[in-house]
Amino acid sequence: MPVMLRRGLQREDVQGYLFISPWLIGVVVFFIGPMVASLVLSLTDYSIIAPGLSFLGVENYREIALDPLFWKSLGVTAYYLALDVPLGQVGSLALALLIHRQIRFKSLFRTILYLPSVTPIVAAASIWLWFLQPRFGLMNGALGLFGIDGPAWLASREWAVPGLALVTLWGIGGARMIIYLAGLQGVPEELREAARIDGAGVWRVFTAVTLPHLTPTIFFNVIIDIIGSFQQFSVAYIATDGGPDNSTLFYVLYLYRNAFNYFRMGYASALAWIMLLLLLAFTLVQFRGARRWVYYGGA
Amino acid sequence: MAAPESLAAARGRYRLGRRLASDLGLAFTYLSLVAACVVLFLPMLWAITGSLKSSGVLYSYPPQIFPREWQWVNYLEVFRIVPFLLFARNSVIITVTALTGQVLISALVAYGFARFRFRGRNVLFVLLLSTMMLPQQVILIPQYLLYAQLRWIDTYLPLIVPFWFGHAFSVFLLRQFFMTVPRDFDDAARIDGANPWIVFWRILMPLIQPALIAVGILGFRSHWNSFIDPLIYLNSTSKYTLLLGLSYIKSNYLVDSGGDPHENWLMAASIMVTIPTILMFFVLQRHIVRGVVLSGLKQ
Repeated sequence: MPVMLRRGLQREDVQGYLFISPWLIGVVVFFIGPMVASLVLSLTDYSIIAPGLSFLGVENYREIALDPLFWKSLGVTAYYLALDVPLGQVGSLALALLIHRQIRFKSLFRTILYLPSVTPIVAAASIWLWFLQPRFGLMNGALGLFGIDGPAWLASREWAVPGLALVTLWGIGGARMIIYLAGLQGVPEELREAARIDGAGVWRVFTAVTLPHLTPTIFFNVIIDIIGSFQQFSVAYIATDGGPDNSTLFYVLYLYRNAFNYFRMGYASALAWIMLLLLLAFTLVQFRGARRWVYYGGA
Repeated sequence: MAAPESLAAARGRYRLGRRLASDLGLAFTYLSLVAACVVLFLPMLWAITGSLKSSGVLYSYPPQIFPREWQWVNYLEVFRIVPFLLFARNSVIITVTALTGQVLISALVAYGFARFRFRGRNVLFVLLLSTMMLPQQVILIPQYLLYAQLRWIDTYLPLIVPFWFGHAFSVFLLRQFFMTVPRDFDDAARIDGANPWIVFWRILMPLIQPALIAVGILGFRSHWNSFIDPLIYLNSTSKYTLLLGLSYIKSNYLVDSGGDPHENWLMAASIMVTIPTILMFFVLQRHIVRGVVLSGLKQ
């Protein structure tokens, strides 16, 4: 019997590995291999146009620490995140709360809100380039109706990042909102009803019942949002190409330029690893902090 | 008998207050939703009417939303200035071939993870999850060098082949779905003499069709909207995807040779690029919501 048991187990091993083998090969070739190579490259001065490479140790990392454009791109990305993540989360949650109610034309509303997020990001950036056109765009035209002299948006150093944040905030009715809607379905209606009977107003029901039950969803959304937004590239590439005066030099845009415009593959790999470590650290900190504010029901 | 009466009156007043509050709340909900829809639709409206303006009307001040004459010829102009149909064909080829592999192979791998208790399964599954979270920029450069070695630069292969080794997020989603199918289905078929491959292909694949559609839609969007990879790997204009074409128009045709502004061309192209994703959304709306919810519920 034990022999048969072992043989059965082995057969399941073989079958299992057979079925996952495409992924297993893929993960080694397209993932683990490149991952190791990237770490090694980051310690060299490899450039695809010059033959050979020499080992530099941590020289790239030292140079990055002294590179003003690295700090600039980090600052730009942080500024963008500080605008996009909180506003996007609050906006998406607000829309989800509105649409979660028993209302007519629910699917019509949901469709219209969702549409901007369906627009390919390159098209969205082009559309907003025209919408935010300083003199002839609708944005400043509309602001003009209220007597506000709109800024030059993407053409100005101060307003370019907020302008790009608007482009991505346009998608607040997208995936995030739908994930919030799903989260709202998990909030026990009895509890909300009980709070209402006890005389709690709309706001109180929201803060005392709905919000605590939503914290796991919020946590998930925020983590995904930060990781995703940190990698934002297309919007800046299309709408401003990092300008004016590097005011929209997103981190990944700077990485891209080092790799594919200046052909500094080693340096760009080091930039990529710093980005990975930053995101990892950030996520870990969030998981630590989560203990204090994320509420996992009775579990 | 006065006391009960006043209690009833108080209760009535209370109910009336509640009803009024709830009516007000409902009115607020509708107003906010309509406002949100209008605001989010404005950039799209501006793009649509912009695509129909003559270049003389584009730069008129104050901005006018609706042009007096609708210049449909702008859409034809896009096909004249760039090989737009060729771009569309390229996008379709890449999307269809990459997506086919992504869905089929991911399902195969997901089946392996869901149904076989092979040694090392949990470790490998954690590896799969971690590849989902990793910012792609970290492996971008070594991948580029790998494809350069293989002479895949300026071909579609880097955009297609990796997906024929399974796609981590799709594997994850499909595995979750496989887990919801009772093993009785497998067992019944096994007793009838079916091998694991038959169980997978004949029994389980038809059962998980909704999940396959959801993965297909998410995949369609990511391939159709993909920008940084085609930007890096495709050099010849004749191989460009629609989004690269859009970027090309933005860089080269915002102003024509006579010095006239041509945001109308960029807007027409942006809208044409967006239409397939919108159509896809309308046809498959229900599945999209399910897909996003599935992806959001993983936590």
